[in-house]
Amino acid sequence: MSRAEILGNIRQGLGRKEATAEQRSEALARIAAHKATIIPKRSQLDRKGQIELFREMASGAAAELIDLNELAELPSAVSTWLKNHDFKSLVSASDTCLNELDWSPLGDIQREQRIAQSGDVASLTTSMAGIAETGTLMLYSRPESPTTLNFLPDCHLVLLKESDIVGSYEDAWNLVRQNNPKQMPRTVNMITGPSRSADIGQKLQMGAHGPCILVIFILKDE
Amino acid sequence: MQIKSPNFKENARIALHNVELQEALGQFKYGFPVNRANAIKRLPEFDDLRDEARDLKNHIIENLDIYLEQFESKVIENGGHVHWCRTGDDANKAILDICKQVNAKTVTKGKSMVSEEINLNDYLEKNGVQPVETDLGEYILQLRDDHPSHIIAPAIHLNVNDVSETFHKHHKRPKTEDPQALMKEAREVLRKQFVSADVGITGANFLVAETGSSIIVTNEGNGDLTQTLPKTHIVITSIEKVVPTLEDMSLFLRLLARSATGQEFTVYNTLSTGPKREDDQDGPENFHVVLVDNGRSEMVGSEFQDMLRCIRCSSCMNHCPVYGAVGGHSYGWVYPGPMGSVLTPKMIGIDKAAHLPNASTSCGKCEEVCPVRIPLPKLMRHWREKEFEKHLTPKAVRFGIASWAFFAKRPAIYRWLSRGSAWFISTLAGKKGRLKKLPLAGGWTDWRDMPAPQGKTFMDQWKAKQKAGE
Amino acid sequence: MTCLADMFRPSVAFATVKLLEASGCVVEVPEKQTCCGQPAYNSGDKATTADIARQTIEAFDGYEYVVGPSGSCIGMLHYYPDVFSDDDPWKQRALDLKTRSYEITQFLTDVVNFEQINAAFEGTITYHDSCSGLRQLGVKDQPRKLLSKVENLTLNEMEEAETCCGFGGTFCVKYPDISNRMVSNKTQYISDSGASTLVGGDLGCLLNMAGKLKREGKQIEARHIVEILADMTDTPAIGEAEYELAKAL
Repeated sequence: MSRAEILGNIRQGLGRKEATAEQRSEALARIAAHKATIIPKRSQLDRKGQIELFREMASGAAAELIDLNELAELPSAVSTWLKNHDFKSLVSASDTCLNELDWSPLGDIQREQRIAQSGDVASLTTSMAGIAETGTLMLYSRPESPTTLNFLPDCHLVLLKESDIVGSYEDAWNLVRQNNPKQMPRTVNMITGPSRSADIGQKLQMGAHGPCILVIFILKDE
Repeated sequence: MQIKSPNFKENARIALHNVELQEALGQFKYGFPVNRANAIKRLPEFDDLRDEARDLKNHIIENLDIYLEQFESKVIENGGHVHWCRTGDDANKAILDICKQVNAKTVTKGKSMVSEEINLNDYLEKNGVQPVETDLGEYILQLRDDHPSHIIAPAIHLNVNDVSETFHKHHKRPKTEDPQALMKEAREVLRKQFVSADVGITGANFLVAETGSSIIVTNEGNGDLTQTLPKTHIVITSIEKVVPTLEDMSLFLRLLARSATGQEFTVYNTLSTGPKREDDQDGPENFHVVLVDNGRSEMVGSEFQDMLRCIRCSSCMNHCPVYGAVGGHSYGWVYPGPMGSVLTPKMIGIDKAAHLPNASTSCGKCEEVCPVRIPLPKLMRHWREKEFEKHLTPKAVRFGIASWAFFAKRPAIYRWLSRGSAWFISTLAGKKGRLKKLPLAGGWTDWRDMPAPQGKTFMDQWKAKQKAGE
Repeated sequence: MTCLADMFRPSVAFATVKLLEASGCVVEVPEKQTCCGQPAYNSGDKATTADIARQTIEAFDGYEYVVGPSGSCIGMLHYYPDVFSDDDPWKQRALDLKTRSYEITQFLTDVVNFEQINAAFEGTITYHDSCSGLRQLGVKDQPRKLLSKVENLTLNEMEEAETCCGFGGTFCVKYPDISNRMVSNKTQYISDSGASTLVGGDLGCLLNMAGKLKREGKQIEARHIVEILADMTDTPAIGEAEYELAKAL
């Protein structure tokens, strides 16, 4: 009942009955074309420029950036970071590229591959892309990378390859479509820095409900 | 939420004398508006984006039925459900039904103004389901049995002391006034709620027809925990939120955070499409979108259609001198400030909400900052016209306008009246040049002096000069 | 001339005439004008607004330009087309009037390119941007450009020069305590600017702010910009003492 009434009201307001076949196909064509509207010039730079912009914007949003020259350095870089914060455990995504690495530098630190639980202190995931426009990471839900890893633990450690840095949101959405031709993932996250809130006395503070710290390990592969 | 809009004048009077509120509002003035101005400086394309956004929203409204149907079919294709709800009651029932189906006892909630509009929390509680607000501001308000005074920063009317007292009372932990400690407390207390909730309810800043997705734009991460941990995810939102594609959504996202808090982009922009996939390790098993109409479909084709462009950024109220003086609660219902002054009469009736579109100087600042260029002063004036047509305008005002109009339409008599008034008031003022009191003008002279007229009207002097051949 | 200038401060209208004549215009003041109709328009009385609009359109028929010392009044003339439906012949006449109507500083700067301001003013002023002029007509640089030609004048911009003063026509008497808060904020900014004279382009705003400044005992004068530009500042400022009593009618 409601559906018919709502659509009926809308159509009445538009001065017509149901949309014509032409109108419908125009709208569907517009959807299928998914053209970008205006893309700000700021991210339309050469590769070096885009990478620098990403770094500048991500740090500006309070993300911690740590450089890696080779992927093999990741385990010891992660280990160093965890030890500096006195963390004894890490919950990790199960991407092949992560599992292929030698994690012995972790030493006593427990590394588990599962969904996150309340109480987890740190998680490690990869990311699909880094969007230079605002220093934003894009990652999405997959069997190897459950969404809770991005939100429940106190700290979120993310691997990003320089070669995966793109200019605009539109570039990233095209990658999502390419990587998921059959169906969108359940969740696509765009993450810009650690969680925050200004709800207490209008003072901005980091560490609301999501991770208090976001660390981006940038692999300099370009 | 109890409707207090008819008492706007009294609400405002109290607000103007509330020292703590005035302090909070004083601080507020230097937050969002300043941040927005800085963010705009860093994006030269901002005004072009606004034009594009206005045009795109207009296009969407012209094709609203088509895009909504397309959105629905995609949601279903991805394993979700869409519930079309004409009224708030319909929506409440639909949500309760879903909760009962999964035997839900507790429900975590991300921030949703639409849920305030329909009084969802009260309804759920009355029917045995406990809603838990998880947005920090909303959580604080829920503990205090209070309501939002702003559409994105719900608790800006409170200060640190208020939060400290509330947490001490409800969390039963040692009292602290340290904002960081308070936030940590909330984080710890709510964590338990997140993981144990049976159902998670979020709003949606936009719905994407292309993919059948909803997106939430947040900073805290509570919305994400709300929509990922429980078995059932319900999106409660309104029909005008649909946009055609992910690219279209990106246009609005570029405007939203900058217009709202002045951030380049909020921390979390999360797109949700249906329930979890078969091999996902986490995520909800059920995905429901509750589309609320509540008068919006009737705005299509009406003189208020432009209001459907609103993306709920709060820029208008952040820059409104009236909101800045009296705060959000004075408006007496869910939506305050300029956008609230246009929406509220539609939703609760002009008879109850008449003060809202009248309590404006039409300064136009709201329209100046609106990211989708809604002509808010014009729409408020339309409400005054409707009020006038229905003879709801206060008798004194009608009489005043009618009397003035009698003279204004008759130039000869008008000259006589102006001449008399100019002489009378200037005589009363005498050598002082101003009056501290003027009969029938208490509204003016209670607060300020009345500068005296110079004595003779311009028209008389001009005519005299013409006669004398100057 | 505007109803407020006619009744309260004719010197504003005289200064406007002087400036227009100095710029080479022939000036006439149509008799049939009374008020632009804002009070009716803003109260939602469409019928009365249309009546007054017709009267005003007729009064100004046949003139090459219509110029007034008020952003809100000229702004109201610009709203006339909206008051008539598309099939009403008055709509076209209203559109025509709109294209010929200008606020005074806008006219002098943008239309006749008048630069020969022959005036001097000792003192520091601050300028209030009235809402309608600013946001509806785009009046921002024009007054400042003209003021820069006044000898010895110093302009200190105040914080929040563009923020509404709280007049809003009937608003100030319908919601007096909110209006009072807005004008009190404004007088603080005026005072903080260090100016000894407040200048603006709209008498409604100026009467409002001058009235508040006087009530607060602040020693700041208020004048309309045309008085300064036309070098006619020998009259007392708005609300100041020593007015001559009007001669008997």
